[in-house]
Amino acid sequence: MSFARQVLVVALKDLRAELRTKEAINASFAFALVVLLLFSFAFDPEAETTREISGGLLWIVFAFAGTLVLNRSFARELPNDCLDALVAAPISGAALFLGKAFANFVLVMAMELVSLPVFCIFNNVGTPVSKQLGPILLVMMLGTWGLTVIGTIFSALTVNIRLREVMLPMLTYPILVPALMGAMLITKGLVLGHPLSGDLVTWLKMLMGFDLIYTAVSLVLVETVLVG
Amino acid sequence: MTAVAIEGVWKFYGDYPALRDVQLTAEPGSCLALIGRNGAGKTTLLRTVAGFSRPGRGKIKIFGTDPRETATRSKMGFIGHGISVYDELSALENLTLFGQLYSLPDPRKSAMEWLERTGLERVRNGLVREFSRGMRQRLAVARAFLHEPSLLLLDEPFTALDDRAIAVLQRLLREALAAGKTIVMSTHQLREALELASHVALLNRGQVAFHGPRTPEMVSDPGYVYARYGETA
Amino acid sequence: MREKILYVLGALAVVILVWNINTIVPLPAERNQGVVFKIIFFHVPLAISAMLASGVALIASVMFLITKNFEYDALAVSVTEVGLALLAGNLVTGSIWGRQAWGIWWAWDARLTSALVCWLLYAGYLMLRNAIEEPTQRATFAAVFSIFAFIDVPIVIFSIKWWRTQHPQPVFWGGGSFPADWLPHFLWNMLAIALVAALMVDVRLRQEESQRELDSLRRMAHAI
Repeated sequence: MSFARQVLVVALKDLRAELRTKEAINASFAFALVVLLLFSFAFDPEAETTREISGGLLWIVFAFAGTLVLNRSFARELPNDCLDALVAAPISGAALFLGKAFANFVLVMAMELVSLPVFCIFNNVGTPVSKQLGPILLVMMLGTWGLTVIGTIFSALTVNIRLREVMLPMLTYPILVPALMGAMLITKGLVLGHPLSGDLVTWLKMLMGFDLIYTAVSLVLVETVLVG
Repeated sequence: MTAVAIEGVWKFYGDYPALRDVQLTAEPGSCLALIGRNGAGKTTLLRTVAGFSRPGRGKIKIFGTDPRETATRSKMGFIGHGISVYDELSALENLTLFGQLYSLPDPRKSAMEWLERTGLERVRNGLVREFSRGMRQRLAVARAFLHEPSLLLLDEPFTALDDRAIAVLQRLLREALAAGKTIVMSTHQLREALELASHVALLNRGQVAFHGPRTPEMVSDPGYVYARYGETA
Repeated sequence: MREKILYVLGALAVVILVWNINTIVPLPAERNQGVVFKIIFFHVPLAISAMLASGVALIASVMFLITKNFEYDALAVSVTEVGLALLAGNLVTGSIWGRQAWGIWWAWDARLTSALVCWLLYAGYLMLRNAIEEPTQRATFAAVFSIFAFIDVPIVIFSIKWWRTQHPQPVFWGGGSFPADWLPHFLWNMLAIALVAALMVDVRLRQEESQRELDSLRRMAHAI
């Protein structure tokens, strides 16, 4: 079976399993909405300053709620020792990783696409966001891919250890600092009405570079993590 | 070509050797029963042979190749302590998924076939989490046999099986042996296993204490091997 | 024999440090920032040593993954722990300097922020190690994480620096001049700090060896 097909089979399996139980996705949606609500209490939605920081706040919501999905990624293989069956199957570790990463990407993007309109309503940034929807979606996808890649490989790294739910965010967020920073700054600029050019484009390139580098590193190291 | 060749294998947990210089072979068409006390290293050995982890020293060859090679993995079937099927999917979905992962020409058809052979065709659309224990175990067996592997690695397969599942497994194993497949099985249920086995190996603290053909004495008195080759008390 | 070398090196480091401090104290106070600017004699060597530690950790991690030799794993953890201590020293000296020169304990200055993120990265490495019981798995996973962390270090430094050039803020170390004739003292201090770091790594290495022996003896005892 070709590599692409292996990736697809794994991704569809994860998505089907998740959509049937909806455990992670529901928790993720709920968490995102609660955090958005809490931000509205902390920051006055009417103030001009809120509009300025809103781009950054959005990514905090995405990162935290996204981790709930990413945690499940390899953890869902633990009951019944399903991970054994996947590792024993004649698919490469890279295909397994990429399939899971794609499934996670879809799920986290779904959470983000639901959170975005809510965010716009709560913070009165609907108009500026809709004007820049294309670039904002682009940043969301690039930033989410970075979050997903690191989250998925670290999900594999932490699958068997104590306090997994705590360890995953603690390991992932420091690594993600450059990506989250870039995504926050670009989104902030876009929401403020700046076009996607100049400085913002440089951040975009950095984000793409981050995604490429860590996807490559993960693909190389995943077999070591799974088999040792 | 030997089906399984374990050459001078050591496995370390930190500095502690769980397997020490293990030398074992299994010829095609044979059934090797791996016996030993708890902690002797049976599970570690089986998992290393199956390719779940690499040996610290030594080599493992399955049909002459490395167990991690993709082509080799398609020829191997493994049943471990868990059933390795997904609770959230149905029996049919599970087997179809594994059929796809093993590149079977018609995954759905193979899945249906094996559901029938393990007596699960009537519950094929039921979610695994609703299954009884015996049904789950039969599904695990179906998953391992689905891709018609040439080598079956089974870790205490008869433990905690109900009677129906034991009967199904024994039938399938006999059919596999008759078809020339190779089986390596670790076990505590000496009677069921020794009936099927052609060879026996005793593991003691990570080392092979005995390896040879199964004799009539072993079947009539399962404690025979322990008494003769294992440690006293 | 090894112990004797350690004692000698330790004594040497102490001698250099004491002698150096004696030489630094009477140096003229820096024009703009006063006496506290001399903290640079410690602040920067700590950073450089920490970066060296991070590089050694990477090499040790990669070597472990290739050879599976636990000596490399012991080196990786020892060097990372010492590196964390050095980096913490860097953060504390940076913060003290900021307090004296600017009146604030912290500013999101590029270098200090990068140091903080890197500190969190490698603290994660230690936490990961603590959470894994089995030695081989612990060493393997820690090595993988160390590789991820090391790759992130330049990305973090660069992106935070770039963030700060876009949004300039008071640069903690800006505005001070470093006279050329101070350079030898700086280098001596660098040597002393590197020596102390190497010593700490060695002590930690031996502790790690003993721990490994204990672990395997314990496992062996359980198996009987």
